[in-house]
Amino acid sequence: MRAEPPRESIPTPPGPGPREGGRRREKPPTYPGSAFQVRKPLGRRANAWLALGAFLLPLLAWCAVSYLPFVWHPMVTVSDPGSVDYFQKGMQVERHEFREENRKAVAEGRPQASGTRENPVYLPAPHLVAKALVTAFRTPPQRAGDPWLHESLGHSIRIIVLGFLLSAVFGVPLGLICGSFALASRLSEPFVDFIRYMPAPVFGALCVAILGIDDAPKVAIIFIGTFFQMVLVVANTTRGLPPALLEAAQTLGAKRRQLVMNVVLPGVLPLIYRDMRILLGWAWTYLIVAELIGASSGISFFIYQQAKYRNYDNVYAAIILIGLIGLLTDLALKGLGRKFFPWEKEA
Amino acid sequence: MEETLRLPDYRDLSPELSERFRTIAERETILEIRDLRKDFVGPKGAAAMPPVLGGVSFEVKRREFICIIGASGCGKSTLLRILGGLEPRSGGEVLMNGKVVAGPGADRGMVFQEYTLFPWLTVKQNVMFGPRMSGRGRDASEAEALQWLDMVGLTERANAWPHQLSGGMKQRVAIARSLANYPAILLMDEPFGALDAQTRSQMQRHLLQIWKNVDVTVLFVTHDLDEAILLADRIVVLGARPGRILEVIKVPVDRPRHAGQSLSPHFLAAKKRLEQLIHPDDPEGDKDLPLIRMTRVGDDAEA
Repeated sequence: MRAEPPRESIPTPPGPGPREGGRRREKPPTYPGSAFQVRKPLGRRANAWLALGAFLLPLLAWCAVSYLPFVWHPMVTVSDPGSVDYFQKGMQVERHEFREENRKAVAEGRPQASGTRENPVYLPAPHLVAKALVTAFRTPPQRAGDPWLHESLGHSIRIIVLGFLLSAVFGVPLGLICGSFALASRLSEPFVDFIRYMPAPVFGALCVAILGIDDAPKVAIIFIGTFFQMVLVVANTTRGLPPALLEAAQTLGAKRRQLVMNVVLPGVLPLIYRDMRILLGWAWTYLIVAELIGASSGISFFIYQQAKYRNYDNVYAAIILIGLIGLLTDLALKGLGRKFFPWEKEA
Repeated sequence: MEETLRLPDYRDLSPELSERFRTIAERETILEIRDLRKDFVGPKGAAAMPPVLGGVSFEVKRREFICIIGASGCGKSTLLRILGGLEPRSGGEVLMNGKVVAGPGADRGMVFQEYTLFPWLTVKQNVMFGPRMSGRGRDASEAEALQWLDMVGLTERANAWPHQLSGGMKQRVAIARSLANYPAILLMDEPFGALDAQTRSQMQRHLLQIWKNVDVTVLFVTHDLDEAILLADRIVVLGARPGRILEVIKVPVDRPRHAGQSLSPHFLAAKKRLEQLIHPDDPEGDKDLPLIRMTRVGDDAEA
C-alpha cells in the first residue's frame, strides 16, 4: 500500500569513508565546479578552512578599511590648523570640508592647514580594538564607582543564566505537556501566542514598578522574552515526534504516563536541547534591553559608558566579547550534547 | 510459441495439508472479527465515500499463520491497525480471546513497515521496553531481551544503536521486541516492504523459523503474492472500495516451506488464483501506451 523506495540494507555513513590506516589517503575524485554542487557536503578539512575563512574575510575587510587610506578614510585629522580659524590640532573634519577650506586659503593667499586622512572615531582599527581587548580587564573604570569590565560581564552572565533557567524550568515542562496533550495545547497556546507578539521591552516599566530597580526586573525581562517562545517551540518540537514511535510503544503495552516519560521525553530531548541553544541567543538580545531599565548595569551599561567617553575601541572590544562568549557557550553546549545524546547521528 | 503449464486446481490439498487444516480448525479461536466496518472520514465527513471496510468477518485460530493481501486501497493496513487497537472501528466487533478489543495492548504485538525502534535506546534496551513497561525488573527484562536477541541472531549487536543497523536487522529487532511481551498474536504490517529482495527472502525464512519455535499466531499484511503463499496457512484476499473479503484461500503448498517451492505447480496455481482475484481482467490495464515510434526503422528492441 505504502510505496517506499527500497532502502539499502546497510546504511552508508555520509561523507568520505573511514580513514585508511597509513599515511596515504585516497583523494576523492573532483569534478570541475565541484565546490558548488547543490547540497553536496564538503570534506572535513575544507569545512575547517572555510570556518576559519568565515572569520578571516570580515577581519580582512576591516583591515582594508582601516589600513588602506584610499579605501574609505572620509575624515581628516588636523595636525596644523594653518590659517583656518576654527580648525584645531587633533580635530577631525570631513574631507570635503577640509579641502574646501584649503582651497579658500590658497585663493586668499593664506597658509594651508595640514592633516592626515583617517577613519571616523567610531571605527577604530583592528589593532586598537585588539589592544583594548587585552587591556580592558586591567584598566580601572573611568569613574571610581563604575564597575570593572569583568564585573560588568559577570553581572550580565548572572542575569542571563537566572532568567533563562527560570524560563526553562517552567517553559520546557509546559511545552512538553502542550505538545503531548491537545487539551493543554488548546487551553494555553492561544494566550501564549498572544503574549509572544508583545515585545518583551514593553514590560520593562511594569517590571520595575512591580519588582523594584535591582536585578529582579532584568531577570523578569529575560524570562518574558524567552518563556513564551520556549513554550511554543518546545510544544512544536514535541509534536514532531514520529507518531509511529508512540504507536509502537502502545502496542508494547505502554500506558499514558509511560508514553510521556519513556517515549515522548527521551524522544524529543535532543531536539529540545538544540532549541535551547538557539533560544539562549535570544536571551542575549533581551539582556541589552533588560540592563538599561531600572539601575543600569552589566555589559550593555559598560558599552554605553564607553561610547559616551568616545572609547570606541572599548565598545568594539565589549561587543566582540559578547560574541565570543556566545560562540564558546554554544560550542561547549554542542559538545556536551554529544555526550548527553550519544544515539544522535552526526548532523 | 508459448507453452502454458497445466496447473492443478488451487483447492487441491495434499492429504497432509488437509489433515493440518483439520487440526488447525479444531484449535481454539484467538481472534474473531465480526462484520467489521470502517467509514471513510474525509474533510467533508463520512457520507460521500464508500467505506474503507464494509463488513469484514473471519476467525484466526491459535498458531495459525494468516496473510492478508489485496490491491492498494483495500484497507488491509486499516484492518490491521483496528485489530491492534490503534484506530477506532465504525462498526462490528473484534474479539481477542473472547474479549472486545478497546485500544492497544501488549497481547497484540505489532511490527510496522517503517522502522520504529526507539533511537535513544540500544538494541537490547529496545527489546527490554515491553517487559519494563509491564513492570518487570531490570535484570529480568535484560535476561529476557538477550534470549530474544539470541533467537533473531543479533546477540552481538545488543549494545549497538538502532541507526547503526541495516534495515533487515532493524526489523529483526522489532520482531524480537514484540515477542518479548509474549503476545498471543503478532500483527505485521508489510514489515519487509522496505527491504531489498535478498534481505526480504532471508527475513521470510527467519520469520518462519521463529513462528515454528514460538507459540505465536501471525497475521501478516503484504501486497507481495509470493510472500503470502510462502508464509501463510490461509490467505485472506481483500477487495477494494468498499474493503471486503473476496476469498479466503487455503494455501496448497506443503510445509515446511522454502523458496524452492515457488515454481511448484501448487504454488503457481495459488498464485494464479490470487492474481485473478486481485487484478481481475482490466481492459484499461492491458492496453498499449499510445506511443509514436521514435527510433530508426530496423532498430528493434524486441526483434
